[in-house]
Amino acid sequence: MSFLEYAPAPESQAILSLRDEYGLFINGEFVEGTGKPFQTISPATEKRIAMIASADSSDVDRAVAAARKAYDTTWSRMSGSDRGKYLFRIARLVQERARELAVAESLDNGKPIKESRDVDVPLVAAWFFYYAGWADKLDHAGLGANPASLGVAAQVIPWNFPILMLAWKIAPALAAGNTVVLKPAETTPLTALLFAEILQQAELPPGVVNIITGAGPTGAALVGHDDVNKVAFTGSTGVGRAIAKSIAGTQKSLTLELGGKAANIVFDDAPIDQAIEGIVNGIFFNQGHVCCAGSRLLVQESIHDEVVDRLKRRVSTLRLGDPLDKNTDIGAINSEAQLDRIRTLSEVGEQEGAERWSADCAIPEKGFWFAPTIFTNVASSHRIAREEIFGPVLSVLSFRTPAEAIAKANNTPYGLSAGIWSDNGSRILAVADKLRAGVIWANTFNRLDPASPFGGYKESGYGREGGRHGIAAYLAPASSISARAAVAAPVPKAAKSAKKASK
Amino acid sequence: MTHLAIPKTYKLYIGGKFPRSESGRVYEVRSTKGEFLANVAKGSRKDARDAVVAARAAVSGWAGATAYNRGQVLYRIAELLEGRRAQFVTEIRASEGVSEAAANAQVNEAIDRWVWYAGWADKYVQVTGNANPVSGPYFNISVPEPTGVVAIIAPQDSSLLGFVSALAPALVAGNTVVIIASETLPLSAISLSEVLATSDVPGGVVNILTGSPAEIAPWLASHADVNALDLVGAGALDWVELQISAADTLKRVYAPENGPDAAAPSLERITAFTETKTVWHTKSLI
Repeated sequence: MSFLEYAPAPESQAILSLRDEYGLFINGEFVEGTGKPFQTISPATEKRIAMIASADSSDVDRAVAAARKAYDTTWSRMSGSDRGKYLFRIARLVQERARELAVAESLDNGKPIKESRDVDVPLVAAWFFYYAGWADKLDHAGLGANPASLGVAAQVIPWNFPILMLAWKIAPALAAGNTVVLKPAETTPLTALLFAEILQQAELPPGVVNIITGAGPTGAALVGHDDVNKVAFTGSTGVGRAIAKSIAGTQKSLTLELGGKAANIVFDDAPIDQAIEGIVNGIFFNQGHVCCAGSRLLVQESIHDEVVDRLKRRVSTLRLGDPLDKNTDIGAINSEAQLDRIRTLSEVGEQEGAERWSADCAIPEKGFWFAPTIFTNVASSHRIAREEIFGPVLSVLSFRTPAEAIAKANNTPYGLSAGIWSDNGSRILAVADKLRAGVIWANTFNRLDPASPFGGYKESGYGREGGRHGIAAYLAPASSISARAAVAAPVPKAAKSAKKASK
Repeated sequence: MTHLAIPKTYKLYIGGKFPRSESGRVYEVRSTKGEFLANVAKGSRKDARDAVVAARAAVSGWAGATAYNRGQVLYRIAELLEGRRAQFVTEIRASEGVSEAAANAQVNEAIDRWVWYAGWADKYVQVTGNANPVSGPYFNISVPEPTGVVAIIAPQDSSLLGFVSALAPALVAGNTVVIIASETLPLSAISLSEVLATSDVPGGVVNILTGSPAEIAPWLASHADVNALDLVGAGALDWVELQISAADTLKRVYAPENGPDAAAPSLERITAFTETKTVWHTKSLI
């Protein structure tokens, strides 16, 4: 037994009392869906966790109608301080049930329990606590006095941070006075449904939050619904494009948080020990299923070999396996489809001439797994340097001058995040100025906080989540409502174009 | 003694130069009474692309200029516009058929908008940025930055004021612009390019196309090197198609506005063409 081998230390699942079937959460109650139910599985064992209802367009109608009624009769009329109190209640309930949510998240998503327990769920509570306080202070959100809520928000979230993305969407929407219909990803619906139980415990008025499960068509029906005023989407750039097209000509406001291919730039004067940890955290956190992951490592040429050697040594110590084991660093890939994509792009990386190295770790027989992998000799034109892999795969490029680092970092249609490692503060500020990305981490990476705006430049989307900017995304200035209404789209034309776009 | 007038050749404004349309085409612009005023260049797809190239090349210089400097440059536009007021009054009267007083009022308002926006250049960051109290030992700040290249379809029912109202706010943050002038009232826009060329606005920061917005706008909406699309004056076009086309490259798109208040002065019109950048920096333990 080497020093790296630990006895198993699994977190108990006894804390969970899951149902065998989950319905849709509409108007404060679980109801049956009209579509064909589907199963959600544990990606670590491929075992079924529960059957999940599927919402078709009639269910979407019901959910949006419930949200509209709750908006008109309850939520938009409630004082900001009372809305805030509900959000504070939710934050506290999330803290109370934190371990249960963490276990459910790791079971359904495959992420290590140390991450769901120490990062995802605590941030969920923090997000609700932060936005709770905004609910009665909207005059200070930067839109002038008496900003208006938008109405019914349609929110579609991804599978990589299921309950955290739920919090990012629901907390600011409710604080601003909107009501919500939210669709979690089809591979990770579990914690959203547990969250629905929390809403019942919080006695949130029926219809203020509705959670409908299903696959892509459910999401398309939701964002395309005529009675939705705001669409918020986190996911792939491809789907983001389709949503932007589908709402063209409508009055729906839109925020998109899409893909990324972040550069993590290491200068030769960087604090190397911290940089190695930051690089590992940047790309191997959450199996690399992170839109802001530092998937392109740009290392100054003079320290390239040293950094790569030390990185490989460090990655060799990462433990891959049971997500519920407290010592696990790398959990399961979320789905077979995602595993296929990671494998395909890694093969392309080899074919295009990059040099592949994977950590030598035992892969469990059941489930979806991918060993942490590092590609060196990567060129900016390689697909593994251009496309989002969304897995534990790092592409290493080198540079000689700061100007070259900036040019390479910006050579991407994405612009979500970037990292800079250097002990030279003025160099960090100068480089940060030139990077075209919405979030820049200097001598750290993958930090998230409810007070800190997050979102992309260019094809990584638009709008911000988090901070004061995040609440503004769910509000309109008091004056702009009438002005916008004055320029209604030519309705027949919009309908015609929307049809064209959907072909 | 009579003086035989020297009519002006109205051309495009691209990269700080005044080319004719590469297509060789012109179209007639007439007064409200139908009198011939000028043969104006009819911009083409190639002209639009050249304008985007010039705008992209100018981004780093203009966005990288100090806010104080950008404010002074924008203020100088107002100074020069004031000095050439008579020319603009004459053109507005000829194009729109309005009284001298109305034309003067339009020029006054256009000048005032340049001044108002000039003053924002070194303030909008303070008003819309944030220091963020994150939970941990980090310095964390959010600041707005220019989006990049902005394509604008100027209001179609105004000679000067609509054009200025759409153009000025996009420049404040450091964006560069490709703007399509009013098809029927382009003369003031072209004359404004002469003001811009002599008021320290670097070449390529503003590029002005004349011609048919219906013909040119689709090329700008689909162009991968345009970051944002302002449809303020596109209400009469099939603007939904333009919005759909712009979604392919996830451009920031702003909807048409109608009436005399189109593109009314607002901080929102400045921030519409900005991106929020959030920078985290570790604090050491001491």
